[in-house]
Amino acid sequence: MCADQPPLRTEGLSKLTGAERFVDDLAIEGCLWGMTARSPLPRGKIREIRYGNGVDWSEFVVVDHNDIPGPNQIRLLELDQPVLASDQIRHIHEAVVLVAHPSREMCRRAVDQIEIIIDPEPGIFDFRVTPREDQIQHGTDNVLSDLGICKGDVEAALASADHVIEGVYETGAQEHVYIENQGMAAWVDGDVIVVQGSMQCPYYVLNSLTHALDRDESKIRVVQAPTGGGFGGKEDYPSNLAIHAALLAMKAKQPVKIIYDRSEDMAATTKRHPARVRHRTGVTSDGRLVAQDIEMVIDAGAYITLSPVVLSRGIIHAGGPYACDNVRISGRAMLTNSVPYGAFRGFGAPQSLFALERHLDVIARQLGIDPVEIRRRNLVRDGQSTATGQVINDGTDRIELLELAVAQSGYTQKQAAHTEFNASSQFMRRGIGLATFFHGGGFTGSGEDYLKSKLHVLGKPDGSIEILAASTEMGQGAQTIFISLASNRLGLEHSDVVVATPDTFRVPNSGPTVASRTAMVVGRLIERACDDLRKQCGLKDDARGESVRHAIRQWHVTHPGETLLGRAQYERPPHVQWDEKTYKGDAYGTFAWGTYVAEVEIDLRTYQCRVLDFHAVQEVGTVLNETLATGQIQGGVVQGIGWALLEECVMEQGAFKNCQLTNYIIPTAQDVPTIHVTFLENPYEHGGGGSKGIGELPMDGPAPAILNAIADALGIEPNRIPLTPERLMEHVLDDHAC
Amino acid sequence: MPTSVSEAVSMLDTSRGKALPIAGGTDLLAYWPERLDARDKTYLDLSGVDELCGHTWTDDELIMRARTTFWEIVCDQRATAEMRLLVEAARTVGAIQIQTRGTWGGNIVNASPAADGVLALMALDATLELTGVEGTEEVQLDEFYLGYKQMKRREDQLLTRIRIPRRAYTFQSFTKIGTRKAQAITKVGLAIAKSDSGWRIAANSMAPTVKRCPDLERMLEDETPIRNPTDFLPAIRADVSPIDDIRSTAAYREHVMARVLFHELAPLCPWVGAKSKSE
Repeated sequence: MCADQPPLRTEGLSKLTGAERFVDDLAIEGCLWGMTARSPLPRGKIREIRYGNGVDWSEFVVVDHNDIPGPNQIRLLELDQPVLASDQIRHIHEAVVLVAHPSREMCRRAVDQIEIIIDPEPGIFDFRVTPREDQIQHGTDNVLSDLGICKGDVEAALASADHVIEGVYETGAQEHVYIENQGMAAWVDGDVIVVQGSMQCPYYVLNSLTHALDRDESKIRVVQAPTGGGFGGKEDYPSNLAIHAALLAMKAKQPVKIIYDRSEDMAATTKRHPARVRHRTGVTSDGRLVAQDIEMVIDAGAYITLSPVVLSRGIIHAGGPYACDNVRISGRAMLTNSVPYGAFRGFGAPQSLFALERHLDVIARQLGIDPVEIRRRNLVRDGQSTATGQVINDGTDRIELLELAVAQSGYTQKQAAHTEFNASSQFMRRGIGLATFFHGGGFTGSGEDYLKSKLHVLGKPDGSIEILAASTEMGQGAQTIFISLASNRLGLEHSDVVVATPDTFRVPNSGPTVASRTAMVVGRLIERACDDLRKQCGLKDDARGESVRHAIRQWHVTHPGETLLGRAQYERPPHVQWDEKTYKGDAYGTFAWGTYVAEVEIDLRTYQCRVLDFHAVQEVGTVLNETLATGQIQGGVVQGIGWALLEECVMEQGAFKNCQLTNYIIPTAQDVPTIHVTFLENPYEHGGGGSKGIGELPMDGPAPAILNAIADALGIEPNRIPLTPERLMEHVLDDHAC
Repeated sequence: MPTSVSEAVSMLDTSRGKALPIAGGTDLLAYWPERLDARDKTYLDLSGVDELCGHTWTDDELIMRARTTFWEIVCDQRATAEMRLLVEAARTVGAIQIQTRGTWGGNIVNASPAADGVLALMALDATLELTGVEGTEEVQLDEFYLGYKQMKRREDQLLTRIRIPRRAYTFQSFTKIGTRKAQAITKVGLAIAKSDSGWRIAANSMAPTVKRCPDLERMLEDETPIRNPTDFLPAIRADVSPIDDIRSTAAYREHVMARVLFHELAPLCPWVGAKSKSE
C-alpha cells in the first residue's frame, strides 16, 4: 500500500472475523462479575437497605457509598452526581449498592435480594412545565443552565416585519443503541488501579477516578478496550462504571468486570436530551428573515452531566446557517427526576435544527414560497454572520451546495410527479422535503483552548512511528484516518505507522473523542507532531519517505536508550475570537455545511411512512477517506431516520419503559432507502489534512427533511418527533376518509 | 430428555405442571439472560422427539406436527399454492434465523396475543391435538385460548399435531403491521380467508389473545354495505378489545384494522366501498 491510497481499515479484519476482543471477551484471571442495585423510585430519601436471605451474603463483595475513598462525586462539569446514592435519590435506576461474585447469575440473584426502602418525595417529570415548590431540587427553579445569544434588536425587527410567524417544535429522547453494551473491568496491579473498558474518553474516566478514589493519576491507569460504538453514549457514562468497577475490585482485591445487559444499559444510561423549541420569526413578504426569536428548553434529567454544553451547542445552532440581523436565542436546561440525559451525536444541534428547518417550511408555506427558494434567499453568504456574530468567510458556496442537492435529488421534477401521483392514488401519498444546516467542528467557543490537547508521535529505532493519542477508535475509523494523516505527512508507508492503544500511562491527553473533533483537531496535531519529529531529526520540512525513516534510525544511533518524540499541542487558529460571557464571536473554528433531501411515501391506510430516496450533499473540508466518510454520513442518516420516525422512548416516572430492542425500534436495512452521498470539498487549513468535522453533521439534517417531506405530501404541519404512525393518525384521521 | 411423545407426556405428568415444554426456544432465548424466573423453571426439551417433526398432506388435511418450523412451510410449494396465509405469516416471524428454529406448535402454546402463526392458523380453521397420559383430545384453535396466556392445555398435555382442512379458498389475505419491516412485533395483524365454508377473519395484537372476529364475519356473510372504513368499527369493537401499550394505541389499532379490512375487501366485494365507486 502506498501512502497516496487510503489504508484499509486497521481493525476491520479483526472485527469482521470476530477476532477482536471487547471487554466482555477479555479473559482476566480470577475475575469476578459486578452488578448494580438501583433505586426503584424517582425521588426520595433512602431509609433503609435490606439484604434478603435468598443468597449467602458471605460469598459476595458488597460496596456502598461508605466504601468510596474520596468524595462521593462523579467529576464532570460539576460534582452534583454521586457515585452511589447515600441518602437522596434523584431518579429511578440510580446506582445505590454494588455486588461482586464469581457467577454472574448469582450477582443477579443478590441484586434481586436487595431492597432499597425510600421515603418518597414528589418528582417532576415534565421539563416543559414550571415546577411546584415541592418539586424544586436545584436553585429556586430547577434551571440547571441558562444561556442566551443576542444580536441586533429583535423586538424592533419583529414589530416592523411584514409577517411574524410562530411555531413550537418538540423532539424526543433517543437511545444510542451502540452495538456493544457498556462494560468495564478493573483490577489492582501493585499500587496502581487499572481500569479497562469500552469508552470514548480515557482522560474523562481518569479525571473522575482520581477524584472519587482520591488518588494521584500516577496510581490510576485507564486503558480503552476495543469499543463497539459510542455515539456519545460512552462520553460521560463510562466514568460512573469505571468508578463502580474500581471500588469493587479494590474491596474484593480481585479483578472485577461489570458488563451491562442490554435492558440495564438502555434503562440506566444516558439518552439524547428531549427538547422543546419555540420560534417567533419576523419575515418580509418575499421570505427574508428579519428577526429570529428562539427559545430552547431541554430536559437535563436528574443531574447536570453535560447538559449545559449540550444546551450551548443547541442554541448556537438554533439560528441555523442563515443571515439574519436580529436574533435572540435563550436556552434553559431543566432538572427533572428522569435518568440523566447525556451526549448523543449532534449534542443539542439536531434538536434545535429540527425546529428551525421545520419552521422554515411552515413560513415558506404560509408565504407561498417554495421551501428551496426561502433557503436560497436566506442562506448565509461569505461576509455575513451567524447568530453569534461569527462572520463566515470560508469560500464555500452554500447556494451551490443547495442547488446541487436540489438537482441531484430531482426535487423539482419529483414535486410535479408527486402532484400527479397523489391525485391518482387512493391511499398512497408522496412528498419531498429538504433541510439546509451546518455543524460546528470541535469544542464550542474557548473549549479547545481549555482542553489544550497534546499529542505525540514516537520515532522508533527501526524508523517506523507510533501515534500516541488518547483519541479512541469506536467504529468511526479514527485509527485509519490517523495512519493516513501521519503517513501522508512524512511520506511513509502505512505499515510504518501504528496507533497506540489509548492508555493513560502511555498516551498524552489529546482530548475526548467527541464533538466531530478527531480528524479535524487531533488530526492537525498529528501533522504538527510529525513536523516536530522531522525537526528533531534535523530534517527539513519537505523531507519524506526513506529520508525520514533513515533520520529516525540515525537519531536512535546517536541517542541510544532515549525516546524520540514529536510533540504538538493545540493552538487556537488566529482567526477564532470568542467571548464566552456574551456568547459573541466565533463559536467554532469552522462549520461543515449540508443540504439533505428526503422523498417519502405515506400509506394512509396504516399511516406508515417510508423514506423512498435520500440525498445527502455536504461540504466537510477535505474528505480524508471516502469510504469511511460515506459510512459516517449514511450511518448518521439512518440514525436520523430512526429518530424522526421510529424511535420512541416511552417514559414512565422518568424511566425508560420500552428498554428492550424488541420494543425500542431502530431501523433495519429494510427500512432505509439508498442514501446518495455527495461531498463538496473545501479544505480547512487548520484541520487535519484539510478536514472539517464530519461525525455529527449527518444527524442534523434527516429528521427535518423527512418531516418536511411528510408535510409536503399531506399538507399538514407536524411539529414533533418521532412522528410515529400513531401520531401521524392524529393529524390526518379526519381529513382523509380513505 | 424424552425421545417419544409418550415419554414426554409421562414426564410432564410426573412434573405436575412444573416442566415447560421447549421446542425451538426462540422466545426463551430472548429473555433467558435477564430473567431469573426463567432460570428457575424446569424445561422439557423436545428436541429428541422426532415424532413431533415434519408435516404431511392428506386428501383433506394438512397435518403439521408440533415441531414443524416456519421455514419448512415457507419452502413447501403446496402450502404457497393452497394456504398462502401460512406462508405469508411464516415469512413475517422475526427473520430467517427465527423462522428456521421457531415452530408452529411453540407459536401456539407460547400464547402471545401477537403470534403471527396463530393468526393464519385461526383463519384457516385449524384444529389442535393435545396428547396427555390419558390419550389425545381435539380442540378447535379458535376455542383454545381462554385469556391472556391462558389456554385449554392441561399441564400434562403436549400439543402434538395441528390439522388444517384443505379447502378451495377464493381469497386469502394476511396483513402484519409492525413498527418496522422486519424483526418487528405485530401492532395490528389481520388474516382474512374465504372458502365454501364462508368468511374467516382473525386478528392479533387486538385482544388478550389472537382472536376470531364473528361480528365482522357475519357482516361479510350478510353482505352488509360498507361505505367507509369506519363502518367496520362497531363490529371491530364487538370482536376485539385493543389497548394502549408501549407499542401502539387502541385508537390506532382499531382504525387501522378498519382501513386494512376496507382496502383488502373493496376490490373483491361489491358491497364494500360501493358508494365511492358509484360516485
